[in-house]
Amino acid sequence: MLRIEYAYWLIAAFLIYTGLRNLRDRHLWHAAFWVVLGALFGGGDAILAQSAAGHTLPAQLGGVGVIVLALLAPRLQRKAHPENRSPEERLQSAIRLGHTLFVPALLIPLVTLLVALFGGWLAIGGHALFAAPQMTLTGLALACVVALFAASRVARTPMHEGVAEGRRLLDAIGWAALLPLLLAALGQVFTRSGVGTAIAAIATAWLPGGSALAALLAFALGMVLFTVIMGNAFAAFPVMMAGIGLPLLIRQHGADPAILGSMGMLCGYCGTLLTPMAADFNLVPAALLELRSPYGVIRAQVGSALAILATTIVLMWLFVFH
Amino acid sequence: MNYWPLLGVAVIVVGFVLRFNPVLVVVTAALSSGLLAGLSVPALLALLGKSFVSSRMLLIFVLTLPAIGLLERAGLREHAQRWMARLQGLTLARLLVGYLLLRQLLAMLGLTGVAGPAQTVRPLLAPMAEAAAEKILPTLDDADRDELRAIAAATDNIGRFFGEDVFIALGAVLLIQAFYAQHGIELSPLAIAIWALPTAIAAFAIQSVRVWLYQRRLQQRAADDRRKAVD
Repeated sequence: MLRIEYAYWLIAAFLIYTGLRNLRDRHLWHAAFWVVLGALFGGGDAILAQSAAGHTLPAQLGGVGVIVLALLAPRLQRKAHPENRSPEERLQSAIRLGHTLFVPALLIPLVTLLVALFGGWLAIGGHALFAAPQMTLTGLALACVVALFAASRVARTPMHEGVAEGRRLLDAIGWAALLPLLLAALGQVFTRSGVGTAIAAIATAWLPGGSALAALLAFALGMVLFTVIMGNAFAAFPVMMAGIGLPLLIRQHGADPAILGSMGMLCGYCGTLLTPMAADFNLVPAALLELRSPYGVIRAQVGSALAILATTIVLMWLFVFH
Repeated sequence: MNYWPLLGVAVIVVGFVLRFNPVLVVVTAALSSGLLAGLSVPALLALLGKSFVSSRMLLIFVLTLPAIGLLERAGLREHAQRWMARLQGLTLARLLVGYLLLRQLLAMLGLTGVAGPAQTVRPLLAPMAEAAAEKILPTLDDADRDELRAIAAATDNIGRFFGEDVFIALGAVLLIQAFYAQHGIELSPLAIAIWALPTAIAAFAIQSVRVWLYQRRLQQRAADDRRKAVD
């Protein structure tokens, strides 16, 4: 049975390979960074299993690993490795191979799609082929392996060249790859420390009572602001709902819960488009596309985000109290 | 009420404004917030380690890199650009708006992992957008290329975000439903999801108009260039 854990082991192997290649090139900080991260990925299942059994030492070591990564990150210069082939060689190859180049690239979304749609029904000898949790992501991991095979056939290039190219791209992305995981961890620490409840307490204390519009604006803009800080609308939603949405808008002013919930969440999504804290949507793509500014994607999104936000608030005002 | 953990938020804001390394800023914020909330050092370390490894799925995009790297070495981006340059009638705006529609529809079906910055934007959408823009304005500079790639990534994000909220069996809708259920309000997922549709349509219209306006700016610059060449 294919489980998402296999994908994590594959990632761990790739990270450690990247570390060892950097070690061979005498880039010691890079080497240490990727090896520590690879160890966290390889040991992740053990950490989770042990802490479920009540042993906290592996999780504590994991925490130390995270701190080591944070100390190493500022030492990683974002340097692009030179491309292994000249633009002329790539153009020649593009002309020779033509549309067949699209086949492996499209296999990544296609295989993912097929696993997402039909993976639940596939079984070999009565055993399900794909484990139910995270099936789409398991499918994505499988799709990447299939695409690497196909790419190696199409380009008539050995697969280890692909892994070496992947390492080059990973080094170009650098520490930005790590941010989404760290921000998820930060969200959990914030929740455990009571940051959300403290913000909600401040917001309700400042809010003028009585005006439905003021409460609605505070709720919508609070969703945006809190999402900008936390990087995630899902973290903002329960806080703003418990602080303003439920007691003031629904109980006091009779707002429609379905509309308030749905559109309130969408206000948060507008915040996601604006914040570097949503690293996986904003900073990682900027690094992946080799933009010179890490905030380039956010800059391209500001106009749309504000216009969508304004529209959503107006729609909410029109519908939510009827 | 203990307000001290809020200093963690202040660490984030100050750290980003002063442009310290974001990884260091985030970890410092987590440590300070946790310590100010009175968590012991061993408990905080365990919390940090456990929550980090619980979100490992966020790094799954790196598995696309070997295949994408191999294809780019074999000229994938060059081919996408050459193909785009040959396609008559497929303008920059049509390419991006078509992608936006597809991405939104797929996300509405819950298929958010099918496309994305690593899966589709870097290998396909971004080079095609650059080639489409070159058909309009052959003298694109590096800043233009950065902006084009950023617009491609933004289109991908907006399509995903304002599609996935309409899907009833995943993420946002279930979170909303679960929150209300905890507080004694029973709603069906469909009743929640349907109210994401107006914003989904608005988001599609707004991003399409902005893409079209960008294309028009490029066309005007191209017209200016031609006029200068004639003078």
